[in-house]
Amino acid sequence: MYSFNFHAPNNIDEAINIFNSSEDPKFLAGGMTLLASMKQRLIAPSDLIDLRSINNFCNITLDSNKISIGALCSHYTIASNKIIANNIQNLVYLASDIGDPAVRKIGTIGGSLANSDPAADWPAAILALRSNIKTNNRYIINEELFTGMFETSLEENEVITEIEIDIPEFFDYMKFPNPASRYAIVGVAIAKYNGETRVAISGASHTPFIAKELSEALTSNFSNNIPLKTISKDELSSDIHASSEYRANLIDVLTKQILKTN
Amino acid sequence: MREISIKITINDKIYEKYIKSNLLLIDFIRDELGLTGSHIGCDTSQCGACMVLHNDSAIKACSILVAQLNNQKITTIEHLNKDNKLHPMQEAFRNNHGLQCGFCTPGMIISGISLVNENNKPSEKEIRKYLEGNICRCTGYQNIVKSISEGAKIMRNSGAI
Repeated sequence: MYSFNFHAPNNIDEAINIFNSSEDPKFLAGGMTLLASMKQRLIAPSDLIDLRSINNFCNITLDSNKISIGALCSHYTIASNKIIANNIQNLVYLASDIGDPAVRKIGTIGGSLANSDPAADWPAAILALRSNIKTNNRYIINEELFTGMFETSLEENEVITEIEIDIPEFFDYMKFPNPASRYAIVGVAIAKYNGETRVAISGASHTPFIAKELSEALTSNFSNNIPLKTISKDELSSDIHASSEYRANLIDVLTKQILKTN
Repeated sequence: MREISIKITINDKIYEKYIKSNLLLIDFIRDELGLTGSHIGCDTSQCGACMVLHNDSAIKACSILVAQLNNQKITTIEHLNKDNKLHPMQEAFRNNHGLQCGFCTPGMIISGISLVNENNKPSEKEIRKYLEGNICRCTGYQNIVKSISEGAKIMRNSGAI
């Protein structure tokens, strides 16, 4: 790993100031992806700004029908939180199936969203759920966050501080994981609110996306009798793990499985 | 190279040092402290041979900077025995032939203890799921699972948890 300056700011303003005065800085959350990329010398930031030293970013709170999750909550914290378990039970299962137990202890939801890995689990859930991403200076509506592979609409010097989620009537997420990495080859998230159902897909394309036709079909008829092959294989990824045809089929299979088990 | 000052407790001993900012925990404990029980296997956060306890939880020492652990507490495999007696989890691995070459074993034992700290009566299925981040290339896992199950039982009965 190349050398860098390490900063442990006490608050968000200090973190942003350090960022603005550094040459090629990166914010560090858990580092479960960032440090691995640095070890491989894929990236070499001049400065690392450790956000975990700011201690008020890991609260989970409930306010009427809305849950707020601090960006620096680890996957483990979310998986073992009572508010989450009592209100969106299946988020517990999602969080407790990311990576492995040691990774879940350190990796964070904010880090995962900001990293925008197309095969990560949180992005599909956040897209399906009615949610807002709160940063140090604004709110970003969920569907405007992910703009491409490892790309988001966050400014360079902008930090996710909280994720606000409206509690749905129904939520579930199911993935077909790569047997080695546990990343989703395809992941399907479904969230239902009165009058609207949304289906979001991860793993299948260069960025997580909302499956429009499936969402519309489930909005008018919430059952496992879904229209098949609504997403063209031309829009999906093909790689050593799975062809685009296989991924297209997995989307239908996982969607039906979610709806069958409920 | 940029240096930073750090205070870290490892095996109940406090170290106050200047370290390089890019120093990984595994390199610190192995190269600077000479604690070579934690191993470097894959060096990419897959295999779990480098696992140490951060408070009561297993983390992978190859994938965290010492700089991230300022004022925190780490326990390595070397510090599990008390009064010259093996930790119950170590004892269970010995009794059940839970290792062959032994390379993955420190990580397996740390992982087993971390699991029991969260769930003191794990089922076989829960043990297998928890070991997702630990790779063993010799045993086929059967005796590792047996060892952790017995280790959990001894830890429960001895009041270690």
